[in-house]
Amino acid sequence: MNDNNKSITGYRIYFIVWICLLILTATTVAISNLKLGKYGALISLFIASIKASLILLFFMHLKYEGFLIKAMLLLTIMTIAIIVGLTFSDVWYRH
Amino acid sequence: MNKDNILEEKEDYEGSKMGMWLFLFTELLLFTGLFLLYSAFRSRYSDEFHTGAAELNKTMGTLNTVLLLTSSLTMALSINVIKKGQKKLSVLLQGLTVSLGLLFLVDKYFEWSEKIRHGIYPNSAELLQRGKGETIFYGLYYLMTGLHGLHVIAGIILISIMIIMTINERIHREKFVKLENAGLYWHLVDVVWVFLFPVFYLIS
Repeated sequence: MNDNNKSITGYRIYFIVWICLLILTATTVAISNLKLGKYGALISLFIASIKASLILLFFMHLKYEGFLIKAMLLLTIMTIAIIVGLTFSDVWYRH
Repeated sequence: MNKDNILEEKEDYEGSKMGMWLFLFTELLLFTGLFLLYSAFRSRYSDEFHTGAAELNKTMGTLNTVLLLTSSLTMALSINVIKKGQKKLSVLLQGLTVSLGLLFLVDKYFEWSEKIRHGIYPNSAELLQRGKGETIFYGLYYLMTGLHGLHVIAGIILISIMIIMTINERIHREKFVKLENAGLYWHLVDVVWVFLFPVFYLIS
């Protein structure tokens, strides 16, 4: 036995994650109908981030991966944050 | 099997997965560039982006979200059951994943063709008449959902190959990293859609 089998996740957790994802989808659609303007956009991006995290952690097994892959993902997210941050520091102060 | 063989197998397994993750990171950066383009233009043409988003079919967008999320579930389950040696069930679940992916594309086809029937497509007379903001909104809509659609097609082809490999016993309970990597790709396509959905369909 090698430790491949370590990443066998129970069937239940997959179904729970799936139901959570569907509930979050219904929530974000319901909130978008309330027309909250700028806050609505922020809320929908926040919900999308939770959904993406659930997919990454459970469906993509990130929760059970070693340090290296987690660190690599963190590096990618930081790179994205820097690119987004620098772009917006320009875009926001143009007008 | 002696100890050396087990070690070799493990290295291969870890390496394959790491290679896949590295590739997925380049995919994330690719889509980040497009999302950045979207948000920069949105801050300039916010009214036109709102009008554009209001015209998109929210019901079809939601349906597609549900289809992709469910296909992610069946994909994750197919890997779980192959680890337990349940070959037939794994093939069935992979087949379900492919079918849900195809349904996603059918939905997308109806959505796009309805827009095109109304004269809304890149460089159309109708769109040019509406001005810069909406032209950019729909340009990004076709580019981003189109590129995502190409990824769905690639995923469907990839998983179809996995189905054949599972049937031929080239993927089995001891050797499933290819199926896992195909799954990682499929889930990433899902993650990208999770962001495309609010950005185009909900922010109106």
